[in-house]
Amino acid sequence: MLEHTELFFKSIFVDNMVFATFLGMCSFLAVSKKVSTAVGLGAAVIFVLTVTVPINWLLDQYILREGALTWLGPEYADYDLSFLSFILFIATIATMVQLVEIVVEKFSPSLYNSLGIFLPLIAVNCAILGGSLFMQSRDIETFGLALNYGFSSGIGWFLAILAIAAIREKIRYSNVPAPLRGLGITFITTGLMAIGFMSFGGMLTGGDDGAKESETKTATVQNTYDFNDSITETAPVEVTEITE
Amino acid sequence: MGLLSKKDAKLITDPLADNNPITIQVLGICSALAITAQLKAAIVMALSVLFVLAMGNVVISIMRNIIPPKIRIIVQLVVVAALVIIVDQVLKAFAYTLSKELSVFIGLIITNCIIMGRFEAFALGNGPWRSFLDGIGNALGYGVILIIVGFFRELLGSGSLLGFPVLGDPIEKTGLYAIGYENNGFMLLSPMALIVVGIIIWVQRSRNKALIEEH
Repeated sequence: MLEHTELFFKSIFVDNMVFATFLGMCSFLAVSKKVSTAVGLGAAVIFVLTVTVPINWLLDQYILREGALTWLGPEYADYDLSFLSFILFIATIATMVQLVEIVVEKFSPSLYNSLGIFLPLIAVNCAILGGSLFMQSRDIETFGLALNYGFSSGIGWFLAILAIAAIREKIRYSNVPAPLRGLGITFITTGLMAIGFMSFGGMLTGGDDGAKESETKTATVQNTYDFNDSITETAPVEVTEITE
Repeated sequence: MGLLSKKDAKLITDPLADNNPITIQVLGICSALAITAQLKAAIVMALSVLFVLAMGNVVISIMRNIIPPKIRIIVQLVVVAALVIIVDQVLKAFAYTLSKELSVFIGLIITNCIIMGRFEAFALGNGPWRSFLDGIGNALGYGVILIIVGFFRELLGSGSLLGFPVLGDPIEKTGLYAIGYENNGFMLLSPMALIVVGIIIWVQRSRNKALIEEH
């Protein structure tokens, strides 16, 4: 239970798709002019991530990774198909998006009308493929955790686009220097918000669960920072200090 | 121009400035920001995108008359995914540490909107040679921004370029550091990439007033 709660909050705040890894930035900037459309796209992203991450977890576990094909028979134990993961993941995503579109259209026309135009866009949203690739490289252990990871990363993305859309609606009434209007100021605002979100980085290292617990936690936090380009050099030092 | 007609040359030069994929078309930002803390990673990323975009544009342009419009997105994704797997395997073979550093971002070239955007907007309606040039031009425009951001972030953040210390040694206190200069570690954090791109947009739009948008 604890690991579920930890992963949930970590994916929403610490490893927020938009502010920590800059995934799904294109649609984040293009569709954030109004809060109502932002909510539609955000909901679609949560939905698709929750569906595709667990499916890709199953594919990774039983087809792609080294030794995954053992269930077919011992002679397949040496196969390592992980180089195929890009093409298999993106195929799953494209198919699932199409499938979801058909199902939603059939059973809930009102939801389809509000999500409709965004669903095809989502197949090429980097946040979706990124979710699956991070799931693979972070070695998420169980199906439940994969489901949790997909859902909570989706919520993180939803919160981010909701926040920027609300800010952009207000920015329209402020006196921004002309060359910075529109795209420029959105970039800078997102940057400032990302700096704000970095303060959540310390969230998982606090508490007094005993030395062993905090050691493993430091390890996970360090792991996640590895994906985060530059921070590798500065953050782990900071993190260990806090733990001690 | 002997090799290129004036119209063809424009395909390459336009995306470098006034129709830049990142600052004007708002395509391909996801990967542009996350990997620019070091100049070297930025250059490798730019070259990978150059390869994928140019080759992908040619393939899609050759197949443009036989792809059924309804499933074209899936066809495009498969073409890009195949090309990206080639890039990924080559990087793993010849530059293993760098490919570890870029981690999932090579894979994310597949969903880089710049690729899909150019397929949809150009390759589906033009011949292979012009599509090839368009691919090169847009990838270069993308690369230029990546390299500018990478240059400033590495120079101001760690005082080096491509891993060579150019401002002196911060521990031995030589060069600029002797007179009290300090590295700005803030530049190494990923949010600063957004702010640097924001400033590039600002500079570009104050030089060319036609690009200014009305909110």
